[in-house]
Amino acid sequence: MTAHHTLTAERLVAGYGDRKVVDGIDLAVPPGAVTVIIGANACGKSTLLKTLARLLAPTAGSVTLDGRDIHHVPTRDLARSLGLLPQSPIAPEGIVVADLVGRGRHPHQRMFSGWSKADDVAVAEALTATGIADLADRSVDELSGGQRQRVWVAMALAQQTDILLLDEPTTFLDVTHQIEILDLLTDLNRTRGTTIVMVLHDINLAARYADHVIAVHRGRVVASGAPNDVVTADLVHEVFGLDSLVVTDQVSGSPMVLPRGRHHVRPVVTPADPPPGVPRGGDGSGSRDVAPAAVAAAVGPVTAGSAA
Amino acid sequence: MTALALERVTTGRRTRQRRRRVATLALVALVLVLGVTMLCLGETTYSLAEVGRVLLGEQVKGASFAVGTLRLPRALAGILAGLAFGAAGASFQTMLRNPLASPDIIGISAGASAAAVWCILVLHWSGPAVSVIAVVAGLVVAGAIYALARGGESAGGRLILIGIGVGAMLDSVVSYLLLNASAWDVPTAVRWLTGSLNGIRMEAIAPLAVAVVVLGGALLFVARDLRALEFGDQSATALGVRVDAVRLVLVLAAVGLVAFATATTGPIAFVAFLAGPIATRLVGAGAPVVLPAALTGAALVLAADLLGQFAFDTRFPVGVVTGMIGAPYLLFLLIRLNRAGGSA
Repeated sequence: MTAHHTLTAERLVAGYGDRKVVDGIDLAVPPGAVTVIIGANACGKSTLLKTLARLLAPTAGSVTLDGRDIHHVPTRDLARSLGLLPQSPIAPEGIVVADLVGRGRHPHQRMFSGWSKADDVAVAEALTATGIADLADRSVDELSGGQRQRVWVAMALAQQTDILLLDEPTTFLDVTHQIEILDLLTDLNRTRGTTIVMVLHDINLAARYADHVIAVHRGRVVASGAPNDVVTADLVHEVFGLDSLVVTDQVSGSPMVLPRGRHHVRPVVTPADPPPGVPRGGDGSGSRDVAPAAVAAAVGPVTAGSAA
Repeated sequence: MTALALERVTTGRRTRQRRRRVATLALVALVLVLGVTMLCLGETTYSLAEVGRVLLGEQVKGASFAVGTLRLPRALAGILAGLAFGAAGASFQTMLRNPLASPDIIGISAGASAAAVWCILVLHWSGPAVSVIAVVAGLVVAGAIYALARGGESAGGRLILIGIGVGAMLDSVVSYLLLNASAWDVPTAVRWLTGSLNGIRMEAIAPLAVAVVVLGGALLFVARDLRALEFGDQSATALGVRVDAVRLVLVLAAVGLVAFATATTGPIAFVAFLAGPIATRLVGAGAPVVLPAALTGAALVLAADLLGQFAFDTRFPVGVVTGMIGAPYLLFLLIRLNRAGGSA
């Protein structure tokens, strides 16, 4: 796991039947970084991920890994550098955790080569990294949702790929387990240098955990770059059709979106109201407008224009 | 930390592997014991020594005809058909990730039967040509069911329901053909309704044996990839499996096995359907299932035929006995499928 692979898409068009879901996307996944794809429901972000993972053949354009079209690389070879955790993977009934994780070794094994020491080591490492070594001999059916998601991540780890694609790895998990999984993926990225590309629903978690954000709207990339540059009120409005206030996340320093619905909005300030030049972190002046004083302290409107 | 985990992983895997081996060997032994029992038992019971001498080619008065000409083809047909049904059923069930998706439940066997009955009664064919037509018809029915069920969500559940419907239609075609047939032809054709090992001659064994070796070999060849398909097409692709190619091999080989076996013994009810789940119980979940399921199928057919021959006052064909065992399990699964909202 030393060399970084480069995964790129060029003028990518993909869809189902005549319907174009991905409509002309160019992108380059930054090697060794955590990339998060965000966008509204049905904007094409999952389809984009599936096309990057060669689950779906593009109708035009191409996806290349290290300069080679992924549909021209033998799928087994590809499976040794590009891993994928689908949105709802299926576990065979009654399978034991270590067996399931061991299936990640599939692309590394030959027909009659049997099971090698290296396979055992990879499984043990994957179980340890995901903190589920104690569950090795348990049946997957008995596990909680959070534990099960760790098992799937462990299976992807046992595959030992330099790039790992994940389609909404935190869906159906409570907030604690969402954070656990995202921390775990960050660990992987930091310790092993694994390039991570994932689709996330939660824009705030995306902004917190991503090194690189790709915002997709109607099958096109509308913005990409560092979270601070991409996650702005304008972008949220364009991509999600939602009015919001973008503040600084007190915990991580990343941008944080506070949506404005039709209800429970303090009748004080409208998004246009604060003049662009409001001083940042002004204790007294801001505290009136935003609820908890502590939050207000850090509120700097990271809004339109500041992206420069 | 990792060292501890490694030890745990290694011992766990070894334990499960040992269980698999022991269970598989036990199944081989069971099939052999049942096969030999079948050679010994009958109108006249022969000793192991006499049976052994017949098998070695010696002429033994009385025994040579009863064992060599009557019982040996019967036992071999039972073993080969059982292997074929078991392997084909487990492959379909695993590939479609549903215990109901066995070829005898989803109408593929019925397609082979209907075509064969039509050839015998309407075209007055006989011999290998009938088997070939049965194979082709099985593949056509498999293709038709797949085409009707494709698209949209939960294609698996729909495929099974459509298959059950198609199977019922084809069964009624068989009944219609039989009702209109001349009395002369009916005994040959009835074979295609209820599986039976009665009156099978040695000539019928060779084609079935070749089919089991070739097509069974093909199934074993893709068995490793079949296990990846259990995770769904997406995960399987991500693991480097050429999903479409593997599925094509599986369908062709499994349908071929079912059709060849059906051509020899008739549709032995529920063997394909029962073998996989029983084998999984024996070798443990997550283990490769095709080989143990094939052995389980052979053991089921032999045991059911022995029961049918000797356990009751009347002699029942093997298909009646397996039907009695399989029907309650089918009901159980259907009730469970219904509770799960029809999309299991």
